[in-house]
Amino acid sequence: MGSRASTLLRDEELEEIKKETGFSHSQITRLYSRFTSLDKGENGTLSREDFQRIPELAINPLGDRIINAFFPEGEDQVNFRGFMRTLAHFRPIEDNEKSKDVNGPEPLNSRSNKLHFAFRLYDLDKDDKISRDELLQVLRMMVGVNISDEQLGSIADRTIQEADQDGDSAISFTEFVKMDNH
Amino acid sequence: MPGLLRSDRGGLSVSSPSGERKDACSLRIIQRDESPMEKGLSGLRGRDFELSDVFYFSKKGLEAIVEDEVTQRFSSEELVSWNLLTRTNVNFQYVSPRLTMVWVLGVIVRYCVLLPLRLTLAVIGISLFVIGTTLVGQLPRNRLKNFLSEVVHLTCCRICVRALSGTIHYHNRQYRPQKGGICVANHTSPIDVLILTTDGCYTMVGQVHGGLMGIIQRSMVKACPHIWFERSEMKDRHLVIRRLKEHIALKEELPILIFPEGTCINNTSVMMFKKGSFEIGGTIHPVAIKYNPRFGDAFWNSSKYNIVSYLLRVMTSWAIVCDVWYMPPMTREEGEDAVQFANRVKSAIAVQGGLTELPWDGGLKRAKVKDTFKEEQQKNYSKMIVGNGSLKSELD
Repeated sequence: MGSRASTLLRDEELEEIKKETGFSHSQITRLYSRFTSLDKGENGTLSREDFQRIPELAINPLGDRIINAFFPEGEDQVNFRGFMRTLAHFRPIEDNEKSKDVNGPEPLNSRSNKLHFAFRLYDLDKDDKISRDELLQVLRMMVGVNISDEQLGSIADRTIQEADQDGDSAISFTEFVKMDNH
Repeated sequence: MPGLLRSDRGGLSVSSPSGERKDACSLRIIQRDESPMEKGLSGLRGRDFELSDVFYFSKKGLEAIVEDEVTQRFSSEELVSWNLLTRTNVNFQYVSPRLTMVWVLGVIVRYCVLLPLRLTLAVIGISLFVIGTTLVGQLPRNRLKNFLSEVVHLTCCRICVRALSGTIHYHNRQYRPQKGGICVANHTSPIDVLILTTDGCYTMVGQVHGGLMGIIQRSMVKACPHIWFERSEMKDRHLVIRRLKEHIALKEELPILIFPEGTCINNTSVMMFKKGSFEIGGTIHPVAIKYNPRFGDAFWNSSKYNIVSYLLRVMTSWAIVCDVWYMPPMTREEGEDAVQFANRVKSAIAVQGGLTELPWDGGLKRAKVKDTFKEEQQKNYSKMIVGNGSLKSELD
C-alpha cells in the first residue's frame, strides 16, 4: 500500500527529472498524477487526442501549436519525461536560482529557453527563421476569420519591417531576442 | 516604451501541496491567472500586434494542460487527507505500518461485515418494492391507490438507503417540492434519486433501461405514473417537452424530478443546466445535494465503472453522508429567456451547496467542445489589435 502515483514513477526517474527540470519532489508527483489522468489509454504516453480532450485547450486559438510543442520531431506520443521537459520552460524562476553558477548547464526555464519556445511556435519548418508566411499562419490562427487577408498582410509586413535587421525579410532568433530587449 | 516582445510574462507558478489546505477546493496545482484577455495582453483597444502576444495564449494553454476546470469534474474528488479507502489513495505516500494495520482492519470490516448486511438489505428492499408496487397496481386509480403507492415507495426507499448506510440531512423541509411543480437538482449518481425519494414521491423522467433497472422501472409505473422514454424518443426534444407539459398541466400530479446537467458530475461543481427543463413552464423547486466525500465517494464515473461495480464500491465505503437543501421555488421572470433562467437556478443551487459554478457543458465528458468558444476568443483578440471598426463584417 502506497501512493499509486509514485509507485509507478520510479525514484531514480523522479530524481533525474528533478535535476533536469528543477521541479520539487512533490510538484513532480502532482504533475505525474495529472499526466496519468490525461492518459486515457493508460500506456504511459500521451497522444495529441489526449491533449485535445481538455476543453480549455481545445478552444485556445494556438492550441494545436502548443500541443505540437510537446511532441518531438515526427513522433505522435510523448512520455512523462518529455511532458515535464516542456512544462519546465515555464517554471517561474526562484530567487535562489538567480545566482546559480554561470558555468553549469542553462536551466530549462531560462529566459533564453522561454524565448526559444515562443520562437518555435512560429517557426514550423525549423529553419531558424520566421518567414512572412509563418507569421501570417500564426496571426490567422489567433484572429480567426475576423480580419481580412490584406489587413493581416500589412500587420505582418509591419512587424517584419520593425524586427528585421539583416534585410532578409524574415525574423531570425537573434532579431526575435533583440525585440525583447527593448 | 513597451517592447515588441517580453518574455518575463508567461511563467506558471506550480504550488507544492502543503499542510495548510482548508478544503479540497483549494487543492490546486497551479495558481491560475484569471484576468481577462485585455489585462493579460496589457493592452487597450487598438493596440498593435506584438510578437509576444503568443506568450499570453501559450501561458493559458499550458495552464489548461497542467490543471483545467472541466476534466477534473469527471473523476472522483481528491481528498485532503486519506479516509482509509484504497480507491482514494492517489497522491498520498506510504506512511507507517500502524496505518497499514488500521487499513487492513478497515477492509475486513467493510467487506466481511458491512457488505453482506447491506446486500441483504438491498435485496429485501428491491423485492419488497417490486412486490408492493405490483400489488398496489391491481387497485383502480383512486386516492387509496395513491396513498398506498406512496407508502410502498417511501418504505422501500428507506430500506434501500439503509442498505447504503446512508445518513441524509434534509434542510428547509418547508420548501419541499409541491404537486404540479418541477424539482431540479444537481446530479452526482443514480443514488441521488434514492436520496430524494426517501423524503417524498416524485414522477421520474428518463430512459427505459433493460435488466434490473428495467424491472424496477416497470414496477414503478404500475403504482404511479412515471414518464419513461424509449431511447429514440429521447432525441425528440419537442416530444419530451410536450409530455412533460401535459403532466404538469394536471396540477394533481406529483412533482417531476429532473437533473438538468444531463450527466453525473463529481459533486465539486455544478455544470451547465440544459435549458429544456426550463422551457416547460411551471414552478421550479431547486434542490442542492452535497455528499460528504470523507465517508465514501458517491460519484459514478460511468466511463470507468459500470453500474454493478459502482454499487459494489458504494456498498463497501464507510457510509453515504449527504446534505439536501430544499430551496424556495423559482419561476421564470419577465424578459428572461430559458437559458438565463437556467443559469439563475444553477447559481442558486451552487451557492447553497457550496459548489463551484461552471458554464461548461457536462456533455464534454464524451463530446468535443464547440468551435464557437474558440471563435469568440479569436474575435476578442482581433478587436484588440485592430479596433472594432475595421473588423471584417459578415456582409463582405
